[in-house]
Amino acid sequence: MTIANPLKAKHQRLILLVIALVVLIGAGLLAAWALRSQASYFYLPADIQADPPEVGVAVRLGGMVQQGSLRTAADGVTIDFVVEDDKARTPVRFSGITPALFVEGSGVVAEGRMVEGGVFVADNLLAKHDEKYVPREMADMTKAREAVAQKR
Amino acid sequence: MIAELGLACLWMAGALALLQLVSGALALTSRGRELAGIVRPVAVAQGLLCGVAFICLIALFLRTDLSVKLIATNSHSLKPFIYKLAGTWGNHEGSMLLWVTVMALAGAFIAAVERRLRDDTMLATLAGQAFVSIGFYAFLLLSSNPFERLAEPVPEGQGLNPLLQDIGLAFHPPTLYLGYVGLSIAFSFAIGALVTSDVGPAFARAMRPWVLGAWIFLTVGITAGSYWAYYELGWGGWWFWDPVENASLMPWLAATALLHSSSVLATRNALRAWTVMLAVVAFSMSMIGTFLVRSGILTSVHAFAVDPERGSFILALLVIYIGGALVLFAIRARTITEGARFAVTSRESALVVNNVMLSAILGIVLLGTLYPLLTEAFGEKVSVGPPYFDPVGAIFFIPMLLAMGVGPLLHWRNDRLGRITGKIAIPALLIGAVLLGLALFAPSLFTPSFKLLPFIGMGLAVGLAVASVMPLIGRNLRRTPLPTWGMVVAHLGIAVSLFGVATDSAFSTEKLVASRVGQSHVVGPWTITLKNVEPIAGPNWTALEATMAASYDGGKPKIVAPQARNFTSPPTVTSESALLTRWNGQLYAVLGEEADDGRWQLRLWWKPFVPMIWYGGLLIGLGGLLSLIGRVARDMKRSRAEEKIADRRERQGR
Amino acid sequence: MSQEIKSKRSGLWLWLPLALFAGFFVLVMTGLLSPADRNVASTMIGKPLPQFDLRPAVPDRPGIATAQLADGKPRLLNVFASWCIPCIAEAPQLEAWARQGVPIDGIAIRDRTEDVQRFLSANGNPYKRIGADDLSAVQLSIGSSGVPETFVIDGKGIIRHQHIGDIRAEDIPKLIEKLREAGQ
Repeated sequence: MTIANPLKAKHQRLILLVIALVVLIGAGLLAAWALRSQASYFYLPADIQADPPEVGVAVRLGGMVQQGSLRTAADGVTIDFVVEDDKARTPVRFSGITPALFVEGSGVVAEGRMVEGGVFVADNLLAKHDEKYVPREMADMTKAREAVAQKR
Repeated sequence: MIAELGLACLWMAGALALLQLVSGALALTSRGRELAGIVRPVAVAQGLLCGVAFICLIALFLRTDLSVKLIATNSHSLKPFIYKLAGTWGNHEGSMLLWVTVMALAGAFIAAVERRLRDDTMLATLAGQAFVSIGFYAFLLLSSNPFERLAEPVPEGQGLNPLLQDIGLAFHPPTLYLGYVGLSIAFSFAIGALVTSDVGPAFARAMRPWVLGAWIFLTVGITAGSYWAYYELGWGGWWFWDPVENASLMPWLAATALLHSSSVLATRNALRAWTVMLAVVAFSMSMIGTFLVRSGILTSVHAFAVDPERGSFILALLVIYIGGALVLFAIRARTITEGARFAVTSRESALVVNNVMLSAILGIVLLGTLYPLLTEAFGEKVSVGPPYFDPVGAIFFIPMLLAMGVGPLLHWRNDRLGRITGKIAIPALLIGAVLLGLALFAPSLFTPSFKLLPFIGMGLAVGLAVASVMPLIGRNLRRTPLPTWGMVVAHLGIAVSLFGVATDSAFSTEKLVASRVGQSHVVGPWTITLKNVEPIAGPNWTALEATMAASYDGGKPKIVAPQARNFTSPPTVTSESALLTRWNGQLYAVLGEEADDGRWQLRLWWKPFVPMIWYGGLLIGLGGLLSLIGRVARDMKRSRAEEKIADRRERQGR
Repeated sequence: MSQEIKSKRSGLWLWLPLALFAGFFVLVMTGLLSPADRNVASTMIGKPLPQFDLRPAVPDRPGIATAQLADGKPRLLNVFASWCIPCIAEAPQLEAWARQGVPIDGIAIRDRTEDVQRFLSANGNPYKRIGADDLSAVQLSIGSSGVPETFVIDGKGIIRHQHIGDIRAEDIPKLIEKLREAGQ
């Protein structure tokens, strides 16, 4: 049975430390590089018009659904609509079941990619709205009730 | 009355925590030694009082006491009993109280039961636990009081978010919290050991069952949460790398590493400083996770109502606790002497690989979760998702899996790979065979794009399943200790889960159609006919339900009935997916909207072997449980034997 | 000697985790101190109200049609709900304005008649007209994404200003100014 090399034994802690650091730093560098290339950027229609993303790269598009632009295709599950901000418009196509309260005039964030022809193909739609708006520093509700009671 | 009782108990528990900290700390000094006797009882009393406070909050929710602000904003008199109960922790204040209660009860439990540590280490541990609790008591009492009253009761509550009205989700938070906060014990043990310079096998053996317990709850909690997301969100996905999901995964990764590392410390007295470091990191991840979710700096579908003021409070607590523990570590780690040596080929080495890979994955997940915050500081809005997490994580996950296959077969301290080639050959050959089989008979994996990770995953999963039972071969199965069974079952669980993940990614098929009533559609081996769409109602909802007859491979049809549901308070629309489970996979059906021409939108998936993902998760938890029972039983036997010996000595007058 | 150097080197690395945590802290502080603007401002400012015709939310007030909001007088359009707690906080202010003669119309979103009636009897009824918007369709079409929100509409039915959240003391001067501008 071989006995551990006495020189290696003394430095075992150092060697372990070095291995751990190399792997962790390597992971960090790899992560940093991957994040830069794989993070999905957020675009407004104005951004798409000014500096469009490459075809096929995963990005997110946000804006308002243009009134009157929503059309359902013959297959019954694909919709075409236009996302706009105050400066530009981007046509979007989505196949799937739309989220609740996705209507013309509402805000929407679409995840997907640009394809040839300037159309944004969405894989996912997130309809943007809060049903219960909670302001950041909410005034004490007891005080509000007292104020109303006083006014009577 | 109940609210005031609860609040009073909470204040008293906080005061006792303060007393526990002061007396524990003073008892370590030469002058305060007499105080040592009160620390354990104080810890037990603190736990019990906090428990009473939590029971009070549950009682308020069950009675729908609308004079309490928390119940008014989060509950509704029409809600079914079980969801009123779950409403207790389905909000910020209630879940914070749950956090503090679990911490207090865990501290009480150690104080009552733990006898293996040196006295001064025990005192330092209890003082550490109290130190961490105090910050959270302060947070709760000063900025998130769950018992706050309204001047006038509201006539009706605002109800829970209907997305949370679900049995799986009802019990998901407490399970997770038992996990997160259970790790606080490891943290306190680490602090205790650092303060009294007592890092050794005794420390590891005392800490290990607590880490195991917390880890089992985390495993089950994460598995349950993933299954809930799968059937509730209606996309067929089961993990989204959402910040809240990551917040639960990161402590789990650290805890898994800690579990393995403390095994090495307990058995071989090696990896001392590393184990202590991990114990600090694990609970730090729990706290960081809580912070990320409640502060509102990261948006997520799960997040509670946003409040940067609360976020700042928790951040301050993080700085004190994590910063303090890391400073303590930096100063005292030098007193931790080097552990025992081991060779490059040994079980310890395999566990080092496991630990280092897990830490790398932890770093990767943390960086991915925080990256949007970094870019926002520079004005860019980004989102980070599977295209980053999956491949980068896999790079470190695969070596870890290989170590998992080989490690349990190696001896401690020193071994040769040559000794185990026989045992490794079988799994290795199996992996090769599976990969070859896939290459020949599953062209869908290669076109239109090469699904590399699922391909590797399926091969590895089969090989690992066999490798995980290898340690049992050649042993007398009835004499094999429970912890070994635990290890086998847990590793098998990982292989099973991996198989489910890989097959789902590789072979899922989907059909998206607008269907008339009476039409049939084909998804994989299923033929599905839409029979009917009609309105139905439940206790606090109305819905449209689609009845579909699904027949597998021409067999007898079964009914699948997805719904589109409307809740009344608060008004929301949710989609209730319908699942049909077979041994070899699940049919997943979702109902959409009605088109103008009367067609109904349907989305159907056939997901082969997908339930394995969660069965695997449960197996992992079961493995942990077997291990825990085994170790606790062994400890109890040992302490009873020691008692008998001490008894005998006394009677013999020695 | 080599042991001393080794322990000094590993000693320095012991502070690395703390340094990493400090980095995390800095990152997160910048995130907290400059919170992302979560107010979704309407892109409808300066645009005319979309066409809608809402049925009455309560029996004793008429419903709202777009044409009625373009009658030459500037007004406030308040989006509220009986289940909205901050709406209670701003109710006294709305009532005070109503008493001073400011025309206020309301849109009750996703509500039931009895609940709206209860809310109004508890908190006062400053509205001349209240439309029932059961699915939030009109709410979303005017660019509102939560409750409460208050819009300033001029005499021609054009949206001039949007106030998000409940109306507090510090918001009053701005709203009054916008209302005055709309009247010119």
